[in-house]
Amino acid sequence: MAGGRRRKHHFGRIHDSSRGKASERGEQSLIGSPGFSRIVYSNHPECIEASAINYGSNYVSTTKYTLATFFPKSLFEQFRRVANLYFLICAILSFTPLSPYTALSSVLPLVVVIGVTMGKEVLEDWRRKKQDIEMNNRKVQVHHGDGIFDNAKWMDLKVGDIVKVQKDEFFPADLILLSSSYEEAICYVETMNLDGETNLKLKQALDATSNFHEDLSFQNFKAVIKCEDPNANLYTFVGGLQLEERQYPLTPQQLLLRDSKLRNTDFIYGVVIFTGHDTKVMQNSTAPPSKRSKIEKRMDKIVYFLFFVLVVMSFIGSIFFGISTREDLENGRMTRWYLRPDDTTIYYDPKRAPVAAILHFLTALMLYSYLIPISLYVSIEIVKVLQTVFINHDLHMYYEEADKPAHARTSNLNEELGQVDTIFSDKTGTLTCNSMEFIKCSVAGTAYGRGVTEVERALSGSKGLPLVQEVKDEEGQVEDSSEERTSIKGYNFVDERVTNGNWVNEPHADVIQKFLRLLAICHTAIPDVDEETGRISYEAESPDEAAFVIAARELGFEFYERTQTSISLHEFDPISGTKVERSYELLNILEFSSSRKRMSVIVRNKDGKLLLLCKGADSVIFERLAKNGSEFEEKTKEHINEYADAGLRTLVLAYRELDEEEYKEFNRELTEAKNSVSADREEMIEEVGEKIERDLILLGATAVEDKLQNGVPECIDKLAQAGIKIWVLTGDKMETAINIGFACSLLRQGMRQIVISSETPEIKALEKVGDNAAVATEFKAKVLHQISGGLELLATSSENSEALALIIDGKSLACALEDDVKDMFLQLALGCASVICCRSSPKQKALVTRLVKIRTGSTTLAIGDGANDVGMLQEADIGIGISGVEGMQAVMSSDIAIAQFRYLERLLLVHGHWCYRRISSMICYFFYKNIAFGFTLFFFEAYASFSGQTVYNDWYLSLYNVFFTSLPVIALGVFDQDVSSRLCLKFPLLYQEGVQNVLFSWSRILGWAFNGVLSATLIFFFCIRAMEHQAFRKGGEVVGLEILGTTMYTCVVWVVNCQMALSISYFTYIQHLLIWGGAIFWYLFLLAYGAMDPNISTTAYKVFIEACAPAPLYWLLTLFVLFSSLIPYITYAAIQLRFFPMYHQMIQWIRTDGQSDDPEYCHMVRQRSLRTTTVGYTARIEATSKRFQEKPEGH
Amino acid sequence: MSTNTASSSSGAAGSADASAPRRNSKRPKYSKFTQQELPACKPILTPKWVISAFLLVSVVFIPIGVASLFASRDVVEIVDRYETECIPPDKRSDKVKYIQTTENTTCSRTLTVPKRMKHPIFVYYQLDNFYQNHRRYVKSRSDAQLKKNSSADDVSSCKPEDMANGKSIVPCGLIAWSLFNDTYSFSRNNQQLNVNKKDISWKSDRENKFGKDVYPTNFQNGTLKGGASLNPLIPLSEQEDLIVWMRTAALPTFRKLYGKIEVDLQANDIIQVILENNYNTYSFNGKKKLVLSTTSWLGGKNDFLGIAYLTVGGLCFVLALTFTVVYLVKPRRLGDPSYLSWNRNPGGR
Repeated sequence: MAGGRRRKHHFGRIHDSSRGKASERGEQSLIGSPGFSRIVYSNHPECIEASAINYGSNYVSTTKYTLATFFPKSLFEQFRRVANLYFLICAILSFTPLSPYTALSSVLPLVVVIGVTMGKEVLEDWRRKKQDIEMNNRKVQVHHGDGIFDNAKWMDLKVGDIVKVQKDEFFPADLILLSSSYEEAICYVETMNLDGETNLKLKQALDATSNFHEDLSFQNFKAVIKCEDPNANLYTFVGGLQLEERQYPLTPQQLLLRDSKLRNTDFIYGVVIFTGHDTKVMQNSTAPPSKRSKIEKRMDKIVYFLFFVLVVMSFIGSIFFGISTREDLENGRMTRWYLRPDDTTIYYDPKRAPVAAILHFLTALMLYSYLIPISLYVSIEIVKVLQTVFINHDLHMYYEEADKPAHARTSNLNEELGQVDTIFSDKTGTLTCNSMEFIKCSVAGTAYGRGVTEVERALSGSKGLPLVQEVKDEEGQVEDSSEERTSIKGYNFVDERVTNGNWVNEPHADVIQKFLRLLAICHTAIPDVDEETGRISYEAESPDEAAFVIAARELGFEFYERTQTSISLHEFDPISGTKVERSYELLNILEFSSSRKRMSVIVRNKDGKLLLLCKGADSVIFERLAKNGSEFEEKTKEHINEYADAGLRTLVLAYRELDEEEYKEFNRELTEAKNSVSADREEMIEEVGEKIERDLILLGATAVEDKLQNGVPECIDKLAQAGIKIWVLTGDKMETAINIGFACSLLRQGMRQIVISSETPEIKALEKVGDNAAVATEFKAKVLHQISGGLELLATSSENSEALALIIDGKSLACALEDDVKDMFLQLALGCASVICCRSSPKQKALVTRLVKIRTGSTTLAIGDGANDVGMLQEADIGIGISGVEGMQAVMSSDIAIAQFRYLERLLLVHGHWCYRRISSMICYFFYKNIAFGFTLFFFEAYASFSGQTVYNDWYLSLYNVFFTSLPVIALGVFDQDVSSRLCLKFPLLYQEGVQNVLFSWSRILGWAFNGVLSATLIFFFCIRAMEHQAFRKGGEVVGLEILGTTMYTCVVWVVNCQMALSISYFTYIQHLLIWGGAIFWYLFLLAYGAMDPNISTTAYKVFIEACAPAPLYWLLTLFVLFSSLIPYITYAAIQLRFFPMYHQMIQWIRTDGQSDDPEYCHMVRQRSLRTTTVGYTARIEATSKRFQEKPEGH
Repeated sequence: MSTNTASSSSGAAGSADASAPRRNSKRPKYSKFTQQELPACKPILTPKWVISAFLLVSVVFIPIGVASLFASRDVVEIVDRYETECIPPDKRSDKVKYIQTTENTTCSRTLTVPKRMKHPIFVYYQLDNFYQNHRRYVKSRSDAQLKKNSSADDVSSCKPEDMANGKSIVPCGLIAWSLFNDTYSFSRNNQQLNVNKKDISWKSDRENKFGKDVYPTNFQNGTLKGGASLNPLIPLSEQEDLIVWMRTAALPTFRKLYGKIEVDLQANDIIQVILENNYNTYSFNGKKKLVLSTTSWLGGKNDFLGIAYLTVGGLCFVLALTFTVVYLVKPRRLGDPSYLSWNRNPGGR
């Protein structure tokens, strides 16, 4: 059984390391001390101690509220918002005589607003509750005594229970593994839910318990486990198992964590040690930091500003009120006798005018509360939720292959998507698919492979130029064959000169044979033969290694078996033309390391010849070539450069024949080195290897594509054109990172690269000699030196506008992030067109993100797919998770999940831009309409001696924000588009409107506020001047308070709604319905409300039907006020649009003119508006256009 | 170099559209709504639109303005300010004392009709600096009491004019208490001109707010007498002066309808007004005016609306002209990007 064998192989390796850990006896002594006090009695149902300890059930609740805590908790949440608290105070005060309006009319809107928000909370919590219920009611088999296992619900599990978990089931709690279906009591665990890693982890039980293979064997099993208390650390565990009076140490090797999954193992038995919220995964689940968008933060400031205005207005009002109240009694004589100032309450007492003024201040605070839009927060929440629905439903962001639509997990950050300044991207799985494809090779100086890389495709697609490759081979059927070939994962090699055994006819067939054989032998992969189909798949340490073996297999050198001493191939024999089995005796493997940058194997073939096969980075191989072995060196180097520029990973292959003597000497030295116990064992082995890896004969080079996800270069290019900076933060090694940088056009030839690396020879030399502290200081000085060097470069390069790229590795990054250096580092990094941080730890990723976020104050977005990106995702203003193959950890901690990197383009440029625009316009408009309304109240006060009397009916007041004006704003927030999605993508620079925050700048906000004041002024004064005291209709009736109020209100509703109609640029039937509907609804409301009993309608009784509607003045005045209030805005807008258009307005113009389909014109607009972009393939085209033009001529 | 890069991005989306939705797939359903592709009109303020809009506004506004102005000019209005003149010169030093102590304050005024006034001629009194819109004043009434006899004791909102001599006042409150009580009688050529005081109030008030079975009781019986007294035999629904008064005015200067003269007055007619100057506006320096006015379809005499319409109409016309001239003098291609603000300083921020 191949699988079993393979497992043994793994097992051997892991067993070693686990034994090493177990030997740390120091930890064991901790048991019983504080923090390590848990005692678990397993299978002791009758034991008194066991029942005395109550560790809590396995019931898990992730809900925010329970029935009992819901009201206090969520109300508390609600009233933490200053605005809500203010309205609550207003509502309470409205029950006192201070109130300018009836209590109900101020309580109701508050109740509605709070109710809607709380309803949303309930809904969200209910979803969580349902999930919990599902989780808690899952079934697992539990030992019920006498060796009988029975199904039980997860939530009924208790500490000490023995459970049996079947294959592909989740562990219900943290368990100690007792035994499994395997003899060695091992099991495989997938921990995707915990750390996002998809590979299987091996766990092994103690030998002492490993022989309980059947249910019945647990009849008399009794054990006591003492271990640490619940904690959040996933990777440590200290404990001991007491079985039949013997004590065995427990390590993380025996611990199975809740929410991980049993794989490849039929069943296991385990003891529950942590349940419910004590489990490590639950201890780990911290609430993700709640993020708020910058716009919302600024909105708070505006609300505070309005509060300030409100207080000022109230203060002014109170002073005037105080004065006029004091004057009501002059020398004991009443002036305004009709107010009876001689017999009054405290609120109007002229004798205590200051007190009255102070009380009036409270009244005024309530009266002008219409300045603060009570419904703003709730409207924004509604809008954001609806926007999220649109994001989730966008077909353009739906990934067919994985059946994954975009998923916005929080609605808080929609508009932030439109303001991203810097993107921090993970590499593996985010930019790339994490699969390597063998795509090209150069053998004996000839380049093979016609596959087209993503980069080349991106270049050609954008440029309109034919592919370089295609130009070369125009006669060949180039394109189509590559498509069907991609079905083999890791292999995308197309060249009919080599495939199907045709290589035998090539000029250097013998070299090709050696080349392919080397690919098949020189690796550490393990074959896995599928017994049914006979197909062989490979388990390799890295995907590129797998790609080599697969390529060798596809080209006729099928590696099918590995033993400790041999490697067996099915080889294509060029002479007979058939497949023959060949076995090579495996003598030594000199493994790959990042310092050696190469690996070699030494084998003996069937003829007894000794061969050293070596593959490695070009830099190390070329210098080790023999004089007679460098025949193809020049050609190969040329090819390697080409490959690297095409974004491929290259390795050089070489070999050497060894004679028996030399090998014996080498083997002796190697064995000696391996058996030595000194500290520099590794170095000794390296030195021995160094000796033998020389005088190599060059075979050729391979090029593997670290396959980018579809559309990544295009997407990066668009984002770069939009002016977004892209940083790549990866854990990969520098070479890979640089390759990918090239692949996605973040780097290009001719870009000055500032490399800050810890792997320079000087630093290495330093490390060898000096002590740690000295090395650290020296190293830091080195990094500092490099950074300041970079800064100098930056200064010079800004003059000749040369693009710079900064590449820094983890160790240097650690230095660069120290407090005293980080500002310099940031300065350098911001000056560079591309920044690539390689070998960075998850922590560093988060630190870099934080550094940029805090120091520059700009909006950052992090995108990643793995557990190592979680810190970064949570740190950044927006975290985007790629819901790819690497588990759910990143997605769970992200704000928005998308399936592919390329969807970022649409998410930011279209949805981000729209949402930013919508929310900012919406907030501006909200303030406008409330200021326009609130100021009419204030102006009226000036005519009512600031007594606090409102000109409007109470219900007009309270329904203003709820009905007559709010729906169009919501429609604006949900639906408005300045330009269509197509144009958003066509003119990426449009995105800068968000980054530079032009739509929500203070000048714009204040402009809208001013417009509000202006509208209020016009409405109020026109109304009172037109309706002052004369008869307002033919019947001779004069205007009363209620008629003036109704007329003014009508004007406000119309002006505000028409202003909305003017400021939106996307009219669907929904907008028409809501805007005109809002105005019509006002009339309907007037009719209905006016028809009610006068006790209810009070001053509004029949006011419309009897007084206003039959009066031409009412209608003419409405018309006049409407237009005259809008003319200032229209004039301003027309001038601004004509002479100082914003970018979106230009695009709107182009669209209106029908020029959006005129490519030349659009190109002109785009070019003239582009700031110089320094990365992305557009920039690359600019940079290399010369080279391109020269080349085709050459062929 | 006229290539079009926009097409490169839409490739992926196109392929997603093509394949048929799978079973149970999470693929969002296509609809114009969810894809935000609803048909929409996308108006922008192009010069053509702006100029035509302004022209249209001026074309509509100017005639309206002219019509309104004519309507206002048609109205004949006689305003007679009398609060000082109706006090004998020797008593003018302390007007308040005069109005509060003197019993007989009859005063005679002469009005000349400047132009022919067609009936109905509305008689108003106009008060100045009188804050009927003061919150304390506005709230000081009891709608329930006014409407229903049974709620006569519903006077809680009427303080301090709620009770007198231990009994509730109907109608209660400051508004009713301060009811205007100057009276006018008109005669032309010694011939009495009838002032019709019927139907001077809003019908809805008479019918629905003031009860037919509610009679004034205990009114103006308090220590301090406010304004007019009411005939306790007439139900409130017929006390139209009260009803008119109870509709509080919006502004501190206001007119209230006093009655209608149902005959035409000819130009240069001399009208004798005998008025009882009872109402105390002297405490707060308020003016009192007697106004006789006809109405047009637009109401009384107020040129404001007509002038405003004309002004705005003219302004729009000027704006339309200016824009036209500007566009003609300084033509530029639509969407010329060189005007884009961040092109001029590439740094952007």
